[in-house]
Amino acid sequence: MKRTPSIRLIKNGLMTLLMVAATLAVLAPLGIIFVHILKMGASSISLDFFTQIPKPTGETGGGMANGLAGSTIMIAMSSLIGLPVGILGAVYLTEYGHNRFADAIRFSADVLAGVPSIITGMVAYTLLVVPMKGFSALAGAVALALIMIPIVLRTTEEQLKLVPGTLREASLALGVPLWRTTLQVTLASARTGIITGILLAIARIAGETAPLLFTALGNQFWSRKLTEPMAAIPLQIFNFAIAPYEDWHKLAWAGALVLVVIMFSLSLAARYFGRQKRYS
Amino acid sequence: MEITKTMTSAMDRETAAAKTAFISGNKAWGDRLFRWLTLGFSASILLILLIMAFEMIKESLPAIRKFGWGFTIGKDWDPVQEQFGALPFLYGSVVSSILAILMATPLSVGTALFITDIAPKKLGGAVSSLVELLAAIPSVIYGLWGVLVMAPWLQKTVQPFLIDHFGFIPLFQGAPYGVSMLAAIFILMIMIVPIITSITKEVLTAVPTAQKEAAYALGATRWEMLRVALLPYARSGILGAVILGLGRAIGETMAVTMVIGNTPQIALSLLAPGYTMPSVIANEFAETTSKLHASVLMEIGLILLVVTLIINIMARLLIWSVTRGNSGRSA
Repeated sequence: MKRTPSIRLIKNGLMTLLMVAATLAVLAPLGIIFVHILKMGASSISLDFFTQIPKPTGETGGGMANGLAGSTIMIAMSSLIGLPVGILGAVYLTEYGHNRFADAIRFSADVLAGVPSIITGMVAYTLLVVPMKGFSALAGAVALALIMIPIVLRTTEEQLKLVPGTLREASLALGVPLWRTTLQVTLASARTGIITGILLAIARIAGETAPLLFTALGNQFWSRKLTEPMAAIPLQIFNFAIAPYEDWHKLAWAGALVLVVIMFSLSLAARYFGRQKRYS
Repeated sequence: MEITKTMTSAMDRETAAAKTAFISGNKAWGDRLFRWLTLGFSASILLILLIMAFEMIKESLPAIRKFGWGFTIGKDWDPVQEQFGALPFLYGSVVSSILAILMATPLSVGTALFITDIAPKKLGGAVSSLVELLAAIPSVIYGLWGVLVMAPWLQKTVQPFLIDHFGFIPLFQGAPYGVSMLAAIFILMIMIVPIITSITKEVLTAVPTAQKEAAYALGATRWEMLRVALLPYARSGILGAVILGLGRAIGETMAVTMVIGNTPQIALSLLAPGYTMPSVIANEFAETTSKLHASVLMEIGLILLVVTLIINIMARLLIWSVTRGNSGRSA
């Protein structure tokens, strides 16, 4: 059969070319951003970044040590609040929740995950900052926990669903109560998958800025109490980027580099745990 | 099959637990406690959502009572004079998100098709994980790049070019500011492309292979296969991905706040600065001049919440219609 390059084949080639072009157009700006963060970040970062607090305007140098500490503290606090709620909530959904109520919970979790993060900040403000009469690290942690909970809940639920029912039944048949079966068999066998979800949730809240704007507020100095305003890396990047000082811009780039490195390490770790073999 | 199996095993488990409770009452209190504990944590999600809605409505009531619907069509914004019109923010949010979506959609769908059907498997996988990794970059970093790199570039290169060559169109008139509606549109486009791409990719992989093979068997070229077999099947799912991207764009705060110029005005030109709903909240909520000012910002937040909820629910339903329970649909 003789084949001439018909209009159909030309069209096919053209559309393929267009799709390749679209991919390049998507990757190009993202690549440029990445290169800028690496280049500007690497040239601005120094040991001071990790040991110093920001210097007042006009003085060179300084770092974001208080922001690093603040971010770590607030992430730890929001994990303390968010992880039990997310994980045990997911246990209810998979182990007991075959009813309308559980569907409502799933739906609410999806809805909550879609709420813009600035709104969670406003709600934490009215619930905590106003009654406590001041911005605080505690309010920031609660705002972050509100973002964390639906992510952890849904990923944990997915993982628990993968645990074979026979595993649970084997344990129950040995006379182990349901609650111990759930803790020591079901949750334990879904461990790696749940850790993946937790790491991704932490990566997500580590970069959140909007919910902290009117909860933790930020702090140029060290905070001594959890009821005081507290610095955080994303807040500092924001404040320094929009300020008109060259030195602060440098600090912002260094902060961006550190944040990106932290997030990529977290998602690499998540991938590692996600690839572990299960239930074979 | 799988589902019914897990369902029955779950029911068995429950009855087993109930029987244990009946036989040895003192042993089952642990189970009962555990059940109520997990139920409590689970229910707290619903509670959070209700409290959220309640607080937002309660706090915006003073503003709603004072201004009514006129609030949304007022153009003047001056917190010190207690003049509050939300139209510039509504306008800025709608224009920046819609234009960003219009630019992002073809790029995202093209990239998703490249990943699933054109690239060799390894290359496709690499592009896909690159896109996913970049979707995780926090918005404040996009904003940092936007305000320190992109905005100056727009001001020096792109905007003068647009003014010189397309200045006769009202969209491209005025002075080159750098920080502008155009900058917000660009940064939003860059940020939502990874989201739309990864969901579209998932929807496309959910299309049954038989669908594609049937098109090939009829002698279709690859593009014809994509156009006739793949895209129509995935259409509602792709629409869902786009709407989800729209929700993300409307709620996006930091990056937009850093590049849009934060000027409450309605300017036809894309080169002029603007303002969006989340940006005005981000800039003014921590330092409100009066109770009414705070309440007005709460009302803007409430509008934002309602809009994003509607958008998200719509998007979820559309995506589910393709990725779940697609076996029953006409193939």
